[in-house]
Amino acid sequence: MTDSITPSATSASDVPMVHADRVSKSFGTNQVLKSLSLTVQRGEVLCLVGPSGSGKSTFLRCINHLERLSAGRLTVDGELIGYRETNGKLYELHPREAARQRREIGMVFQLFNLFPHMTALENVMEAPQRTLGQPKARAEEHARDLLDRVGLADRMNYYPAHLSGGQQQRVAIARALAMEPKLMLFDEPTSALDPELVGEVLDVMKGLAQSGMTMIVVTHEMGFAREVADSLVFMDGGVVVESGHPREVLESPQHKRTQAFLSKVL
Amino acid sequence: MTSVGQNQTAAGATPPSSGSGRGDETEPPDWTAESAPIKAIRLRHPWRTVFAVVLILIFALFIIDAARRPAYDWPSVAKYIFDRRISQAAVNTLQLTIYSMLVAIVLGVILAMMRLTPNPVVKSVAWFYLWVFRGTPVYVQLVFWGLLAVIYQSIDIGIPFMKPWHSFETNAALNAFTLAVIGLALNEASYMSEIVRAGLLSVNRGQEEAATALGMSWFQTMRRIILPQAMRVIIPPTGNEVISMLKTTSLVTAVPYSFDLYTRTRDISAETFNPIPMLIVASIWYLFFTSILMVGQYFLERRFARGVGDRRPDRKGAADEGTPTGTLPIVGSGQPTVLLPPREDNPPVNPGHGGLP
Repeated sequence: MTDSITPSATSASDVPMVHADRVSKSFGTNQVLKSLSLTVQRGEVLCLVGPSGSGKSTFLRCINHLERLSAGRLTVDGELIGYRETNGKLYELHPREAARQRREIGMVFQLFNLFPHMTALENVMEAPQRTLGQPKARAEEHARDLLDRVGLADRMNYYPAHLSGGQQQRVAIARALAMEPKLMLFDEPTSALDPELVGEVLDVMKGLAQSGMTMIVVTHEMGFAREVADSLVFMDGGVVVESGHPREVLESPQHKRTQAFLSKVL
Repeated sequence: MTSVGQNQTAAGATPPSSGSGRGDETEPPDWTAESAPIKAIRLRHPWRTVFAVVLILIFALFIIDAARRPAYDWPSVAKYIFDRRISQAAVNTLQLTIYSMLVAIVLGVILAMMRLTPNPVVKSVAWFYLWVFRGTPVYVQLVFWGLLAVIYQSIDIGIPFMKPWHSFETNAALNAFTLAVIGLALNEASYMSEIVRAGLLSVNRGQEEAATALGMSWFQTMRRIILPQAMRVIIPPTGNEVISMLKTTSLVTAVPYSFDLYTRTRDISAETFNPIPMLIVASIWYLFFTSILMVGQYFLERRFARGVGDRRPDRKGAADEGTPTGTLPIVGSGQPTVLLPPREDNPPVNPGHGGLP
């Protein structure tokens, strides 16, 4: 992959890409995240694993402010997400500002969420044109390039309904990359796919990881975690139970809960 | 149904009720062999034919009878159907319908979006509008609009309690036709807003989330992502509303505006003392317009079926072409893409439509 999708190195490289400091999130009385702290370095690929309901997806959605935090601080590239802090006081960001922050964070959803009334090409072109003000010709050129890179050069003018799940998810990845994000979030990107289609999506993600993109991947694909991830975090009940190098965590889990989970999925 | 199924039942705890327990003796079917195409005698439905013939006979009798009946006065129908006054009134009715529906649809979309904004002030305004305009009869509203000049003799533009910058007399500024359009449109907008809102709510929440995650603003998300998808849900009931509006225009006599189709035919029959042929004349014109509107709706629905090709009203075309893109030419155009079938050996579906990339 060329350098257009490698994260820009504008800010100081010692600032972590994502830093969560005692983050909590509750829905009503249900506390989903409990004082969770986590750091993702620039260029790092982090896999989040854990049973359903453990708060993995919620944490991911907090990173681009689709969900509001209940407590704690979350920064992306040194910038506080969703708020501005001046003289020790937090100010809510204007939606315009929150949207600007989200433009730098790509997200890929479990159910793809492609826009069904647009072709693959239009799906990828839409956001850069509307939010970055890219001229149509440039957005199209970039979109063609991206779709080519995810292996869909011959499917550009298809509507999502006429693409397989794996193809749809690859369009969704291209769509997120079109915004040239510095961080990519994957929310169980292969969980809704037929087993034989999982590989093509993982291959694209692997290529992306090799290009140096910072990625947080919620997944149940332990093979991918072992092969591609730099670190693996096992979550349960809204807290980090265990984290470390994927090989170490997967092969010799220290915690009982991790052992129990891994024995079921491996 | 198959012998395999029966075997399984037989193997279970409950004994088979019938004597089909011999299933395990049959040869396993050869799954690889190509089965013979089904050639069955078609099921006949003689009673359908009988019923249709009876209905046609009854209808024919009614027509023959109606043609002879003096009360219908067909010569008068023929005389008035293209009467200058009538055709002009028909055009007026059509104009009333189109103008008021256009205003109502635009206002309805705005109101629906207002009700779904995160802004509580805007939301309440839309709710209040709906409460007033949907909560009172359209006839009463039309009478009110007719009395506007009595209530507000002049319309002033400026700062309240100061000398106005500009002032018009209500009667001079707004004629009966305009008031009728305003009255019909504002009432209809409240219904349209609910139709549009239902459409917007029908779009999967993931769509809004995906657009938000891409950094699109709330308004961009609505306009570019949610509304186009909602159109498929919005159009059919809107077609209903247009047709309903065509007929509701007959109430504008309350304003009073008397040059619409129904009021005109009624006025003429008041002179000729012969109402029945005039009613037929009016009905023919209403039916004529309704039919045109129904055709228009068909094409609009096709236009917004993009990407969900299989659910378009005519499935035949899409199925026959065998291209996976739903490549019927896009009706209504304004749309940059006509899709290219992906493989070179597929000839373009519609060469006349141009725009192939």
